[in-house]
Amino acid sequence: MSNLDINEVLLALQAAYGEAIQLIGEGSQAALLIAPDQMLDVFGVLKTNEFYQFNMLRNLTAVDYLEYMEIVYHLYSLPLRHSITIKVRCTMEELTIPSVTKIWPSANFQEREIYDLLGVNFTGHPDLRRILMPEEFTEHPLRKTYNFVGNTGEKR
Amino acid sequence: MVKTETYTLNMGPQHPSTHGVLQVVLELDGELVIQAIPHMGYLHRGIEKLAESRTYTQFIPYTDRLDYVSSMGNNWGYCLAVEKLMGITVPERAEYLRIIMTELNRMASHLIFMGSLAIDLGASTGMMFGFRARERILDLFDMTCGARQTYNYIRFGGVSVDIPPQFIPELKRFLADFPAMLTEYHELLTGNEILYHRLKGTGVITAERALEIGLTGPALRASGVDYDIRKVEPYGIYDRFDFNVPLGTVGDCWDRYIGRMEEMKQSASIVAQALEQMPEGEVMAKIPKVIKPPVGDVYHSIENPRGELGFYIVSDGSTKPYRIHVRRPSFINLQVLNETCQGLLIGDVVAVLATLDSLMGEVDC
Repeated sequence: MSNLDINEVLLALQAAYGEAIQLIGEGSQAALLIAPDQMLDVFGVLKTNEFYQFNMLRNLTAVDYLEYMEIVYHLYSLPLRHSITIKVRCTMEELTIPSVTKIWPSANFQEREIYDLLGVNFTGHPDLRRILMPEEFTEHPLRKTYNFVGNTGEKR
Repeated sequence: MVKTETYTLNMGPQHPSTHGVLQVVLELDGELVIQAIPHMGYLHRGIEKLAESRTYTQFIPYTDRLDYVSSMGNNWGYCLAVEKLMGITVPERAEYLRIIMTELNRMASHLIFMGSLAIDLGASTGMMFGFRARERILDLFDMTCGARQTYNYIRFGGVSVDIPPQFIPELKRFLADFPAMLTEYHELLTGNEILYHRLKGTGVITAERALEIGLTGPALRASGVDYDIRKVEPYGIYDRFDFNVPLGTVGDCWDRYIGRMEEMKQSASIVAQALEQMPEGEVMAKIPKVIKPPVGDVYHSIENPRGELGFYIVSDGSTKPYRIHVRRPSFINLQVLNETCQGLLIGDVVAVLATLDSLMGEVDC
């Protein structure tokens, strides 16, 4: 069960990274919103700091909110048995974000899945290819703007 | 001088040992595996996309089609996530029924694992025995909800129907017969020298690496990492039961096999305990006719037979989910396949695939 106070994490991280860290949501839906350019440093701290020790990336996914894309990380600490939700937002014009595979190798397939279905580019990913859709497919079906009536996704 | 060069061999997607439509592209040096790259997507149905045009209730049957040999767990994971978002509490009796059904389903799933492992390694009798015991469990599900594989039984606020009167006597008969069945399988398979030598020391995954690469479920516990969501973050009423989480030591195929055999025993014990404690009463809470969760997002995960099954749901306050993402354990567990298979023989790739127990319906979603 979670015994970690997200506000304390927020204060500790804000002391080091300032406005790059924000709190969104409340109660069980509280999450930290991190600026994309600081995210790798913050994730490094969250994984290695002895008070956090988030050694498991439980779940990684992304949500298309039309104005922006939100990438959601659910972290879990096996030694300390607490969890936290981290969100990173990037604009639809520039859908590029650093890969976390160096910190948590388990992100490999999940980042490929997000790249395939939502079209987010992960810089530094070792093998960024489509994983579920065929290689010749050109679109990203989980986008809200995807038109799936009579669409075969092939170049015309 | 004889010139040697590597060659490529396609294993699957139509290969009986890949448990569905997984394609593994093997790069081989003679019979030694240099690379084993999994290619998935042959069963991709776009369930996450379909969810966005279905109501919350309509999506429950779709979860049956993810991990189709443990559909009860899928129903439960999804319902728990939505219930968490809406703050629904479930009647006592329904909680017990959920536990009984899910644990029985875990046993059925591990019996399939045992049978398919046996047949993949050439012991076709093992398959028959696995299916024999599983049939008894499926009959129980059949008499309760009318379906043998895709149940749609666990609903928001409880379960769809109460168990029929003949369920409990039949379940008690099965629980009484099961230890003898398990002993028989142990004599047939565990005591078999060929199986032992095929599995022992094959496909070792260290605890450290297993954690890094995101393994969950029996495959992670075989490496000795104590992570079972039923214990670390008990959902439902799992904190009321007394059961062990079997751990391995080496993390080879043998540990993954023995761990699952042991888990079946523990599941049977949980079912017996639940049967004793189960009260009479309602099986469905009073929930609104139209499911409209408040705006927000939720992640909830449960321990499925293959690992951590998580549902991430984003609600915009309407009757249809804005986005559903399923964290499928089979999909993430497959990441370990390539590095585990390197240096093994083709026949051992089959053993590694069988003991990882990935299921394509879940991998491709």
